Amino acid sequence: MKAKLLNMNKSTRSNLFTVGVIVIVYTVFQTMSTTGNMSNLLKNLLVAMCYYSIMAISLNLTVGILGQLSLGHAGFVCIGAFTSAFFSKIMVNTIDNTIIRFSLAILIGAITAGIFGVIIGVIVLRLSGDYLAIVTLAFGEIIKNVLNVIYIGYDSNGLAFSMEDTASLNLMEDGVVIIKGAQGISGTPRNANFTIAVILLILAYMIISNFINSRSGRAVMAIRDNRIAAESVGINITKYKILAFSLSAALAGVAGVLYSHNIATVQSTKFGYNMSIMILVYVVLGGMGNLRGSMIAAVILTVLPEYLRFLRDYRMLIYSIVLIAVMLYNWAPACIEWRKSHSLKDLIGTVVGKNRKEKKGA
Amino acid sequence: MSFISHLINGISLGSVYAIIALGYTMVYGIAKMLNFAHGDVIMVGGFIIFTFMSTLGLNPIVSVLIAIILCTLLGLTIERIAYKPLRRAPSLAVLITAIGVSYLLQNLALLILGADSKSFSSVISLSSLSLADGRLIISGETLVTIPLCIVIMTTLNIYIRKSKVGRAMIAVSEDKDAAVLMGINVNKTIAITFAIGSSLAAVASALMFSTYPTLSSTAGAMPGIKAFVAAVFGGIGSVPGAMIGGILLGVIEILSRAYISTELGDAIVFLVLIIVLLVKPTGILGKNIQEKV
Repeated sequence: MKAKLLNMNKSTRSNLFTVGVIVIVYTVFQTMSTTGNMSNLLKNLLVAMCYYSIMAISLNLTVGILGQLSLGHAGFVCIGAFTSAFFSKIMVNTIDNTIIRFSLAILIGAITAGIFGVIIGVIVLRLSGDYLAIVTLAFGEIIKNVLNVIYIGYDSNGLAFSMEDTASLNLMEDGVVIIKGAQGISGTPRNANFTIAVILLILAYMIISNFINSRSGRAVMAIRDNRIAAESVGINITKYKILAFSLSAALAGVAGVLYSHNIATVQSTKFGYNMSIMILVYVVLGGMGNLRGSMIAAVILTVLPEYLRFLRDYRMLIYSIVLIAVMLYNWAPACIEWRKSHSLKDLIGTVVGKNRKEKKGA
Repeated sequence: MSFISHLINGISLGSVYAIIALGYTMVYGIAKMLNFAHGDVIMVGGFIIFTFMSTLGLNPIVSVLIAIILCTLLGLTIERIAYKPLRRAPSLAVLITAIGVSYLLQNLALLILGADSKSFSSVISLSSLSLADGRLIISGETLVTIPLCIVIMTTLNIYIRKSKVGRAMIAVSEDKDAAVLMGINVNKTIAITFAIGSSLAAVASALMFSTYPTLSSTAGAMPGIKAFVAAVFGGIGSVPGAMIGGILLGVIEILSRAYISTELGDAIVFLVLIIVLLVKPTGILGKNIQEKV
């Protein structure tokens, strides 16, 4: 057993370690929650922690691995949330088995978001840098604005669609309005729970991590590091860029499915550029290209504002000051200098007499 | 006739976007950073004018001048504290810091001024112009906004091309290291750019809130994003580009709100941006830089 563990390659071991940590955290939280040792505040955040983590690691694929700044990630989350909630609401009486229905909803959310990822990817990935950032922002806002004015309902005649209001759907008496414009979709079955969310998080992590360590993943990183060099060794730039971008979109869609089946009401205005920025903050604070870091940052930043509620009005103010301070501490050349000359590693080194490998803190 | 009236409103709104976009485009051209907090400086400018004019009862023009001075100082402070230490850091780190500054300004405003939105009274006391037997009415705000925008653009363009500081800006934006070797104080030049951008934001806030009088802590966010879009539209880094981009954006927004759909106005603006960038990936007046191996 031990020999087997040692023979594994580095990425497999690192994956197992991360999944192990997630499972341990899950077990602790789940035990706390079932034995009643957990505040209601934290209980309500369990699923949210998972979907924000999925959003963060999926965006990390675009930003950290592919090296393209995307400011429209919430758009894909929005698509996943809406299509799956739509499906679940229509099928709630047709498919009785919750597990089958929810699995199908997840698939539908992921696939639709993935398809949008391909379409948008083909269009935007010709651009790069800040131009790409602004176009992804534009797409996110378009998705949000269009879903904000759509009305869809169904009756015995089938589906009805309108961009005006509920009345212009001309539904029969047995008709039900599913998407109500700015009010979005309400009354989605609340099928998501902490266990399912953690399973999806582990799946998403495994998919991204295996993708990064695969042939395609190495090609994507080669494009990030030097596009021209990658092109000249025969890597198909467009193909790999779109592959990574649409995978990232599909997983964002999965996060959207969890979102809509957790709080039962989705409104498109929630998925504006503020949400995209929030996910980007997780990615940058956790470290670009570092999936574990993204998850840790997402969990901490989801829980922290709730625990800072006692600060009341000063909560977001302190959050923003902390954000600026952390960025300066992490990135300012002067701070990096200072950290090097006062590093823990050297201090321990001089005390113990040898340089121990410094543990990376959260 | 209503078309002409919409068109004029569009140009007026576009002129405001153009003035805001200047702040983005100049800072981007020189510091190569997206200053996401720029929109919130506009909000702060609006609140300063509101406080001095409506609460303390000062003359509108004096209030606007005070706002210009305070916003310039604010811009300089932000640059000094948050952006200067990160000059050699990756651009994404600076972007997130700018977002942090934006949150900070919004939440400070929320704390100091409360969650209710304020109703801004116009700083412009000019009466509106009635043409073609009253079928075409041009508001006083529009009569001031459009010429003022043209004056600002021309002055700024001449200032950048002719003055010593302006040419230093061009030099820094083309090659920072070479500019240092030529004896240009890069830090000072960047600080001046921020000062100009922020003072223009104060002017823009006076014009914008006079036409659209709802003032809240997040009032600067959307105009900020749209002005950013306008800057990219015209080719980021280019001063005439910001003007063209801003005005086109304003016209498209007002016309699509009037003729296509009120709610989809923003979506159409963004759609046009995407189409423009696909045809011309660096914007209308942007320079196309060929990548060399």
